[in-house]
Amino acid sequence: MTELPQATQKKLGLVIDLDTCVGCHACVISCKGWNTENYGAPLSDQDAYGADPSGTFLNRVHSYEVQPDTGPAQLFHFPKSCLHCEDAPCVTVCPTGASYKRAEDGIVLVNESDCIGCGLCAWACPYGARELDQAAGVMKKCTLCVDRIYNDNLPEEDRIPACVRTCPSGARHFGDLGDPDSDVSQLVVARGGVDLMPEQGTKPVNKYLPPRPKDQMPEIDVLAPFLAPIDQEPKGFLGWLDRTLDKI
Amino acid sequence: MHPAPSVIFFSVFSGLGFGLLFWLGLGWPSPTGVVAFVFFAIAYVLAVGGLIASTFHLGRPERALKAFSQLKTSWLSREAICAVAALLLMAVYGAGAVFLDQHWRIIGVLGGLLSLGTVFTTSMIYAQLKTVPRWNMPLTPLNFLSLSVAGGALLAGQVTWALWLILMAGAVQFATWIIGDTRFAASGTTLATATQLGQIGSVRAFEPPHTGTNYLLREFVYVIGRKHAFKLRVIALLLICVLPLILLLVPFSHAAGGLAVLAHVAGVLTARWLFFAQAEHVVGLYYGKR
Repeated sequence: MTELPQATQKKLGLVIDLDTCVGCHACVISCKGWNTENYGAPLSDQDAYGADPSGTFLNRVHSYEVQPDTGPAQLFHFPKSCLHCEDAPCVTVCPTGASYKRAEDGIVLVNESDCIGCGLCAWACPYGARELDQAAGVMKKCTLCVDRIYNDNLPEEDRIPACVRTCPSGARHFGDLGDPDSDVSQLVVARGGVDLMPEQGTKPVNKYLPPRPKDQMPEIDVLAPFLAPIDQEPKGFLGWLDRTLDKI
Repeated sequence: MHPAPSVIFFSVFSGLGFGLLFWLGLGWPSPTGVVAFVFFAIAYVLAVGGLIASTFHLGRPERALKAFSQLKTSWLSREAICAVAALLLMAVYGAGAVFLDQHWRIIGVLGGLLSLGTVFTTSMIYAQLKTVPRWNMPLTPLNFLSLSVAGGALLAGQVTWALWLILMAGAVQFATWIIGDTRFAASGTTLATATQLGQIGSVRAFEPPHTGTNYLLREFVYVIGRKHAFKLRVIALLLICVLPLILLLVPFSHAAGGLAVLAHVAGVLTARWLFFAQAEHVVGLYYGKR
């Protein structure tokens, strides 16, 4: 079971736009909510209201500061969840067969009733996409909301992963990256989507769209600071208020 | 990497136990009766004790039997199968030696080789991980195997073999540290490749995803005690190699032999602690840590 499929019919995954993400963490919360209330062991928290809270999350948003050679530093928000790799190292190390990659759509899943919680799959993952739930003692990871995307009980617009559904800035896209004509594949081509840690040889399905170059500030006329400011005096009601208050 | 005591004790003591079983299986020494019982009892306490210790770090230890199912892909599964096969064969061989004054050569050699195979499969669990560049090299299995065979020779009372093998194990341990130190840089994985933001400029972790800690940081980013790494390496090498060599070269006494074993084991425990504490997982990069 922990053998990887030769090829998958589909390569379902996410495309994350680093240019558009505003770092609001809404995807983190919706992910935690959906995956706590639905399939599998809930994502537990430890000492949630105490001095040293920690918990299980399948999606976390980092922030990085990048300093170009010239110009000011730039800040990027960086959501990170399971990349559903084609050569998923987490799957082959599993001693029980609990971890597997589906041949039909490429989603990497954990069968929680077979997981012994040895943690080796989390060791094998370079992205930190797997976390051992401290309450359930089993490995948790992104399921690509497998219980949403095929769920006929949900309205059609909700049949996408919770993180994608909730993203207010449209920074997350879901689709079949194995189909070169799909919207997500077209987006990856148009924006030069990249793999994280390509040297690790994991062949991730999820792609990241690099930030587009920042707008350049147009040159300001050198005489601009010497021009007399216009509209110094407020007019109308504000002008009347200003004059009246001055008199008091 | 977090140096979990259960995993350190498991790998050190099962390594020693299987090392001793290797020598017993080859017939060096070939005791019978009560002496054989004592030898096999020591080997089984170490090997089985180590295996039991290893289940303490499992989240769901009651399902441990499922770990025997993935021989084809998983080194952890291969280790479990190899260990049980070695223990079963050596139990048959040991029973012959203890109760029947018989040494069934083929079973012994096969059991001995499977014992060594168990140590090899253990080491491959670590050596296969590209995510921990320090472990991801052929020296890792060589390190585990040389320590196991040397410690086994020491326990088996094979003084001449023990002398040379301890010297070799010390040399391999030294090489493992020196070459291991260069592995992270050689892996080519940096914060720039992890985020793919390197084309814009130099990348710095600005904010972690949460104010608190998490499983990943507890498990993979362990920095306590690294500042003493050099001193601990010197201590480990003295205990693994130098002290046992001196004790073996003085005229033989059981006290000196026992002391040599204790020193060696303490040294291997120190080295194994460093093996984990100094190992850096690439996921630490995302947190601006190593």
